[in-house]
Amino acid sequence: MGRVVVEVMPKPEILDPQGKAVVGALPRLGFTQFSGVRQGKRFELEVDGDVTPEVLAAAQQAAETLLSNPVIEDVVRVADAATDAAGTITAEGVA
Amino acid sequence: MTAGTLASARIGVITFPGTLDDRDASRAVRLAGGEPVSLWHADGDLQGVDAVVLPGGFSYGDYLRAGAISRFAPAMDALVDAAKGGMPVLGICNGFQVLTEAHLLPGSMVKNDHLHFVCREQVLSVENTSTAWTNQYRPGQHITIPLKNQDGQFVADDRTLDELEGEGRVVFRYQGWNPNGSRRDIAGITNARGNVVGLMPHPEHAVEAGFGPDGAAGPRSGTDGLGFFTSVLASLVSA
Repeated sequence: MGRVVVEVMPKPEILDPQGKAVVGALPRLGFTQFSGVRQGKRFELEVDGDVTPEVLAAAQQAAETLLSNPVIEDVVRVADAATDAAGTITAEGVA
Repeated sequence: MTAGTLASARIGVITFPGTLDDRDASRAVRLAGGEPVSLWHADGDLQGVDAVVLPGGFSYGDYLRAGAISRFAPAMDALVDAAKGGMPVLGICNGFQVLTEAHLLPGSMVKNDHLHFVCREQVLSVENTSTAWTNQYRPGQHITIPLKNQDGQFVADDRTLDELEGEGRVVFRYQGWNPNGSRRDIAGITNARGNVVGLMPHPEHAVEAGFGPDGAAGPRSGTDGLGFFTSVLASLVSA
């Protein structure tokens, strides 16, 4: 059984209120090293067979149409969880 | 539709799993003089209604993103086609989020900037009175209707915001206080044609004296939301 990992992050220009809340809480536990936090999402898509290039392409498409909203989020990673093999991420997606 | 058939104007209200305000929306339609028609998200047949309200709530528990999964419901496929054909559609709160996810309206909603759920009586200015849902208001009129949400911060890139402003498609703006960090105080917008309107506050909760926000006539006397529903009936008559 194969697994594809998709990671989605809020766009840099969109204020991330959740990340802001987390960075505000860190110093209360003594973690003063971190000046910023951004919080995103990780999806794990399972397939019965191997993670083929076709499966990765389908995952990329799913990432852009359902798993993310391009108005507020970027798809930053689509990869085979086992080998970490991913295409090259471009502005248009994974090549 | 002619004036003689006004009483039979049928306004659909779509219920998704997790919708909360469908009953109130139907009641608002009835109080305005229309006939509410309950529609189910899994049914692709809009039953020949003249207009549709997407009510508020937490469809699919806001899983993934608010409105993201509802967008793919069979009823939404039919709705998108009908809206592109000019049918009036109103998205309230979660319904507004569904309309942006379905690309019928631009932009998106993210978590309130202060991270808290907000529930208050909110003053809005009506900035566009030529839409199917606002033609019974005066330009610049201030109305008070309830606002209640967690993910109500309207965001879009500057080019989209400039386009909305330039084309007069900002329909409502928050007055007095921006309750969620929405860009340029925007509370509601419309499409280019003016038949699709979405907003975060809830007009359907301010349609009957005794149950609305506080108004000039006393506590809970406010009925400023009724104009949405009389507007759509008027637009159907003149269509």
